[in-house]
Amino acid sequence: MTDVTTTPTQAEKLDSAANRKARVMGGILIALALLVLFALDVVPGQSATFRLTTARDAIQLPNLVVPGAFNMVCAAILAFLGVRQFLEGGARWTSLSLGFGLLVLVLAFLVWATAGTAFNLTSMLKAAVLASVPIALGGLAGVMSERVAVVNIAIEGMLLAGAFAGALIGSLLGGWIGLVGAILVGGCFGLLLATLVVTFRMDQIIAGVVINLFVLGVTSYVSSQVFSEYRHLNNAKVFRAWEIPILSDIPVLGPMLFNQNLFVYGAFILVGVATYYLFHTKNGLRARAVGEHPRAADTLGIDVYITRYVHVTVAGMVAGFGGAFFTLGNVGRFEENMTNGRGYIGLAAMIFGRWHPVGALSAALIFGFADSIQQKLALLNTPIPSEFLAMAPYIATIIVVAGLVGRSRPPAADGKPYVKE
Amino acid sequence: MTERDDLKGVNERMRALLARTTHGRDDFEDLVIVPLFAVVVALICGALIMLATAVDLPTIGRSFVALAVGSVGSLSAWSETLTSAIPLVLAGLGLGLGFRAGLFNIGAEGQLLMGGLAAVMAGFALEGLPMVIHLPLTLLIGASVGAAYAAIAGILKATTGAHEVISTIMLNLISFELLNWLLRQPWVQREGRSDPISKSVPDTAALPKLLDFIDPNLRLHAGLFVMLVAVFIVWWLLFRSKLGFAFRASGENPSAANYAGMRAPLIIVLAMATAGALAGLAGANQITGVLGRASPGFSAGIGFDAIAVALLGRSHPVGILFAGILFGGLEAGGRQMQVDAGVSIDLISIIQALIIVFIAAPLLVRAIFPWGFRRPRNGKKGGAA
Repeated sequence: MTDVTTTPTQAEKLDSAANRKARVMGGILIALALLVLFALDVVPGQSATFRLTTARDAIQLPNLVVPGAFNMVCAAILAFLGVRQFLEGGARWTSLSLGFGLLVLVLAFLVWATAGTAFNLTSMLKAAVLASVPIALGGLAGVMSERVAVVNIAIEGMLLAGAFAGALIGSLLGGWIGLVGAILVGGCFGLLLATLVVTFRMDQIIAGVVINLFVLGVTSYVSSQVFSEYRHLNNAKVFRAWEIPILSDIPVLGPMLFNQNLFVYGAFILVGVATYYLFHTKNGLRARAVGEHPRAADTLGIDVYITRYVHVTVAGMVAGFGGAFFTLGNVGRFEENMTNGRGYIGLAAMIFGRWHPVGALSAALIFGFADSIQQKLALLNTPIPSEFLAMAPYIATIIVVAGLVGRSRPPAADGKPYVKE
Repeated sequence: MTERDDLKGVNERMRALLARTTHGRDDFEDLVIVPLFAVVVALICGALIMLATAVDLPTIGRSFVALAVGSVGSLSAWSETLTSAIPLVLAGLGLGLGFRAGLFNIGAEGQLLMGGLAAVMAGFALEGLPMVIHLPLTLLIGASVGAAYAAIAGILKATTGAHEVISTIMLNLISFELLNWLLRQPWVQREGRSDPISKSVPDTAALPKLLDFIDPNLRLHAGLFVMLVAVFIVWWLLFRSKLGFAFRASGENPSAANYAGMRAPLIIVLAMATAGALAGLAGANQITGVLGRASPGFSAGIGFDAIAVALLGRSHPVGILFAGILFGGLEAGGRQMQVDAGVSIDLISIIQALIIVFIAAPLLVRAIFPWGFRRPRNGKKGGAA
């Protein structure tokens, strides 16, 4: 009988929570509309010019000229979305409206910042893809381990370890071996995390934080104790971009996707492989079962512990590969704390992407886009201090996490240790 | 993994839970032996890491001597140890309180930074007030701003369910940028300086030095008393007040607390705000007691080390006090070690991380040192490891 009496109240509670969130998001969207209207208004008559191709490209495209009135349209769209959310309180479209709203905001911002001048959009998009690589791989590492219900805060440490190992081994034995070394070192930390949380049943978040502290300590220690004296140990050869013939001649998309280095292709391929594995193979189904209901999986003869060990180790290897990007794919040198919170943003990308590899990649592309906007716009003379531009992705992460959590559901057993009976 | 080991694990978890809820029935092994072994093993691992990075044995010996002398070997060493411990303990108290309430607040660094920044501004903006008003007001403003900053994450969690780990990490990153920006503003930046550095806090808002009658170089300040009072207040709040009971209850079992009529959202916000107030107070202490001004990165990772302090102290105020003094000693000794033996102070953070690993995974310590613990746990299940 209790079920009958409690169900409606429970449902009401959930409903009111969803409504409240929809209203909060509506408020945020209205605030954004006001922001665009008053802070990002373009002087009438001015327009923003976006260059799509450079003179060297095989196919030339005309410049994209956007009139300043575009921002009025953006403000109107944002206001419409916000008011709709606020009045109807419909939770159905909350995340979609929010995502669309943020996109519109970014477009309005770009138009405002470039008003009266010209700006090379393609090179910014290319930089965005590059910036999103470590975030995407970090997010993918998160997906791999959280799908088997191991919360992975240690992505940051694994990225840093990969970057460090890539620089050190790459300097000694060459880029390819450095890459393999970075993957293996990342895998070792995955294995360590698995040992701590699966065998020793340490709190998963604490284990992750500890690994981050440990990796930060070790890499900073070695880089100040050893690298400062022996510089040749920290001077790896960087993987250059590989141009894919024909495809790289496509305007905009070509430079963005088909004239990048190994890490970009690697990230896209790994996301594809992970999606196929998790959702279209027997083992992937088993892994997800371990994440959703370990006891049931155990009853069916799946070894929960082994599954978790394997997947968390693989997650570490993916993160190690992503970490190698910082050194082998970018500058060739390791610097203290050079990942600078990318692992945490990867974690946010995973949540944003609803624990799905493709979702995590899309979220990472958005974060990368924000990152590259910040860097490129420092060149244009915007009155916004660069610190606030640097803040924007973090604020966006908070809004996104706040706005989407209710709708994106983590694996049911996420974060819980499994004790076999 | 045999079945027996697993049962042992369950029992252990039960014991750990009981030991945390029933205050007073302290488990000697968990509270003394595990931390002791953790520290020893971490130091040994530190030596191994030095060996691996080609530091020769005499230098390793010298660095451990320097570590000991620099932390407890003299009056000035004690002064340095306690000075480093004050912000660690204050921020650690806040984090421990959060852990008790089931909140994993990674944002102490940002809260500390915002609190310190507010204290600097209050310090130079309210110049001219007498010290009896100015100093407490400065500390209070620091604590309130820390509380407000932490409350953002609390409110987000309470209203939308945003996980506090991610929102506090993002708030940390935002606070770093905000600090960098504020330090370049004309109303904050020191006159005549082009580098980002704030105006100084006047003497009326500075915590008085306690030992400058012996030697003006001794940095220990009156924040020591703030710390001790905070330890007592947090102990009282957690174990003697109704609010503290609500914190602990919702941390142990959120749904039970909910059915008992406690309002979970309110408790989350209050717990986050209290934790932030303590972190902000730590920042204000650091500013008014040690630094006297704000510069980029003045928080120096204290907020992250405080996580370790809170874990090491088992989220108990008295435990946090001792853990904070231990970590303060490691910091002070580590600085001495860097000077005397030329070993990078980053080694200390490795040792600290290792300490937490062993503390947070008691099973691991028991596996390494089976002989350190009573064999027959729970009467009948024998055979450790």
